Amino acid sequence: MSSGAFADRGADLELVGIQKRFPGFTAIEHLDLVIPAGSFFALLGPSGCGKTTTLRLVAGLEDPTGGRILIGGEDVTTQKAYQRPVNTVFQSYALFPHMTVLENVAFGLRRRKIADAQGKAHEALRLVELDHLAARKPVQLSGGQQQRVALARAIVNRPALLLLDEPLGALDLKLRRQMQLELKTIQEEVGLTFLHVTHDQEEAMTMADTIAVMNKGRIEQLGAPEQLYELPKTAFVANFLGQSNLFTGPVLGETSTAIAVDIAGRSIVVPKTRSHRHSGDVTIGVRPEKLTLHKQKPVPDSSHNVMGPGRVTDVSFTGVSTQYLVLVPGVGTLIVFAQNRAFGPVEGEGDEVWVTWNVEHGFGLDDDPVAPDPRFVADTSTKSIAAQRRAALVTELEEA
Amino acid sequence: MAFAAFASITAPPTDAAARRRSPVALLLLLPGILYLVLFFLAPLVSLILTSLQAPSEFGDIGMYSYAFRWENYVVVMEQYWPHILRSFGYALIATVLALAFSYPLAYFIGVTARKWPLLQSLMLVLVIAPFFISFLLRTLAWKQLLSDESFLVTSLKAVSLLAPDAHLTGTAFSVIFGLTYNFIPFMTLPLYTTLERLDLRYLEAGNDLYANGFHTFRTVTIPLSMPGIVAGTLLTFIPAAGDYINASRDFLGGADTQMIGNVIEANFLVLLNYPAAAALSIILMTVILVIVGVYVKRSGTEELL
Amino acid sequence: MTRISLGKWLLPLYTALALIFLMVPIVYTFIFSFNDSLKSNITWRGFTFDKWLNVCAVQNGAVCEAFGNSLVIGLAATVLATTLGTMIAIALVRYRFKFRAGTSLLLFLPMATPEVVLGAGLAAQFLSLGVPKDMLTIILAHTMFCISFVVVTVKARVAGLDPALEEAGRDLYGSPAQVFARITFPLLLPGILAAALLSFALSFDDFIITNFNSGAVTTFPKYIYISASRGIPAEANVIASAVFILALVIVVTAQVSSAARAKRQARLS
Repeated sequence: MSSGAFADRGADLELVGIQKRFPGFTAIEHLDLVIPAGSFFALLGPSGCGKTTTLRLVAGLEDPTGGRILIGGEDVTTQKAYQRPVNTVFQSYALFPHMTVLENVAFGLRRRKIADAQGKAHEALRLVELDHLAARKPVQLSGGQQQRVALARAIVNRPALLLLDEPLGALDLKLRRQMQLELKTIQEEVGLTFLHVTHDQEEAMTMADTIAVMNKGRIEQLGAPEQLYELPKTAFVANFLGQSNLFTGPVLGETSTAIAVDIAGRSIVVPKTRSHRHSGDVTIGVRPEKLTLHKQKPVPDSSHNVMGPGRVTDVSFTGVSTQYLVLVPGVGTLIVFAQNRAFGPVEGEGDEVWVTWNVEHGFGLDDDPVAPDPRFVADTSTKSIAAQRRAALVTELEEA
Repeated sequence: MAFAAFASITAPPTDAAARRRSPVALLLLLPGILYLVLFFLAPLVSLILTSLQAPSEFGDIGMYSYAFRWENYVVVMEQYWPHILRSFGYALIATVLALAFSYPLAYFIGVTARKWPLLQSLMLVLVIAPFFISFLLRTLAWKQLLSDESFLVTSLKAVSLLAPDAHLTGTAFSVIFGLTYNFIPFMTLPLYTTLERLDLRYLEAGNDLYANGFHTFRTVTIPLSMPGIVAGTLLTFIPAAGDYINASRDFLGGADTQMIGNVIEANFLVLLNYPAAAALSIILMTVILVIVGVYVKRSGTEELL
Repeated sequence: MTRISLGKWLLPLYTALALIFLMVPIVYTFIFSFNDSLKSNITWRGFTFDKWLNVCAVQNGAVCEAFGNSLVIGLAATVLATTLGTMIAIALVRYRFKFRAGTSLLLFLPMATPEVVLGAGLAAQFLSLGVPKDMLTIILAHTMFCISFVVVTVKARVAGLDPALEEAGRDLYGSPAQVFARITFPLLLPGILAAALLSFALSFDDFIITNFNSGAVTTFPKYIYISASRGIPAEANVIASAVFILALVIVVTAQVSSAARAKRQARLS
């Protein structure tokens, strides 16, 4: 990156066969990734999945054990952090405490000997609406203000690639929503390529054009938010992005357009276009908001799957919607989200209900079916653990 | 300033994974480490060698040649074991007294006074202020203040709290008194830094769980301030054991309060009996290292540095 | 309930008495610097400013010479020890290397070794090497025991330095030299200064190690020790009191100004 010049637009980022080993564990096994120029890309995953490591590798703060990194077609793998046209917004903001806000923002410009560093720094501060605080020290700013200064400090350098390391984690909900929109606006205005690392799936889906879900050092699935949400490829993605009801069973039969899976004696239909596997044991699923509750057994319909009868074991009113837990014998507990179109919950605890959903809404995973990982079972009950235990004991006693 | 030195002893360890591997490390380390090897390790080796020397056959006093005279150690132990015992005894008593004196002080400054940070700093300044006056002058001042003609002693004798012919100076009492006084700042500062960081909510939790004040103190406060206690006692005991100013005849000591430091000084600078002085030094150092090792292991403060 | 209110006042009262107790020798030394003494400064003869005004007159300026030596030695040892110690501290916190345990031990030992042993050891070494004892040997000795304290002090500061700050510096196009000069060093400076002050204080007040390694050179503490038997002139009290007041003023000013700065910043935000 020559000093004194800005990139005129964002650049492609390519990671080829990246591997990163630390003494004692491997953070990234094998990573291939292409991020097109000008896009807002999110790396989503739980703690320890390798997303922050990937970010640091791109920034040049770590060296990969293997593989190559290309920015705009140029191999930068051996370049040090200060030679790469990449800037980072750190999770802790990392504002230099002994410099004023203006000096912080102008730091990168000064190192690259850009003319009129002060003027450009003021411009960047105006973009984040903090120019009036230019003479303050970072310790005198609130969390949200610090975050915006960190952003200005990175953007002012017009890097080919802007990296954001969970920058909104420390902000309260309202501020976070605000910043999400602002970041998206700035990215579109300035035309940079953003790589955003986060564990918050809502944040990723709101802001990104493309999401890559990472787990244990590999990318599980990559695509647009709607694509990932409505058509997850693995159980991990299905449970990490929102919640899912997953069922495992053998394929009974197939037509030209769909497969039928045996779930506890019922035949559940999934379209072939939405199912990765068409034979053998498969795991299929459906999102909770796609389910409808019925008080009576519904009329059989080839376009809908039916499950039931089941018993409502929990009702959680969350304002916009109500979450029901329905225990279907032989299948397990289903999670149902129902929008509160009327006032309050329509079913009560203990009611007998049937659950249906449109066949088109189901999906089939690519995973080898295994017993559901207890980690992914969402604890959606609102009762205290003590009450749950008591209920379980009572049931045990009754059965004994 | 000095607070920072003691703060680090009780600071939490850094994240090992964050460290990089780089040749720069060697460049940074080498000058200092080399210096210490030259001027600390080598002298220790020199000391060991000297302790084994024998008097030169045809030399004067102060002339020795290299040998393996292990008997030096035996001779020295036989002659000076009372001094060795006395040194550790005095140091132990002084340490305990310093701890008893300093803990409430450190507690007040570090816990009770947290609402007034400026007052905290000023009180700390007063605690370390004795450092700013020469160690020797402080000890001399006490010598005058405890001498037979002083106001304190004459008044005590007047109300019959002291026998008419008793002395305060030149006794074990005055030596231990001097040791305790001089090392109070060393004890208070580490205690302060640990207590300053004490999360008061632990004490509240103790109270909430039915422990009264004393019980909370015993079972919550003291264990949590252990790093400070360990650091403080070590910083007091080690120099106190080897001190010879307080016990010196010109200061607070007398004929039968000589500590091992005095003996080493006398042998080295006056009698020119280098092997004896060296042997005593090695004995002193070994005992201290053993005590420190056992003490640190038992109290579980691994990272001392 | 009287029991509780007594308890409330007990600790502050104890603290006040304890602090007064700590001050006693200082006040005594200060008062006796005004004593119109002759040879020994033990009995009070009368109040005078003479000693303060003519500090260096006594004994052909021996007191002032000793003080000057202490200053020079202190400065030299401080510069050396602070430089070497800071480098070690940075390496210890920021880098991985073998023999970490050995290095830590080597740094810890001088602090755990009684001064008698340190002094005697160095003296034995100088003796066997035939090195004459003078200012140089004192400076070398002082530097040696100060390094560990510098490392301990600076290490705390380095450990508290967020590595993300230096990473941000590198991310923002700062070369290693620039990152050190503009980010690392300014942020470490308070710790380095604290270490330097500590080092100077340790060196200035050191007696035992100096006594073994000074030969004919007299430092201020050594002068006091030597004069202790025949009588310490009040001028020594003058110098000690002056140093005390200066140190006190510096420290108190630093504390008050940082408290005021913190208050100002809190009010602004």
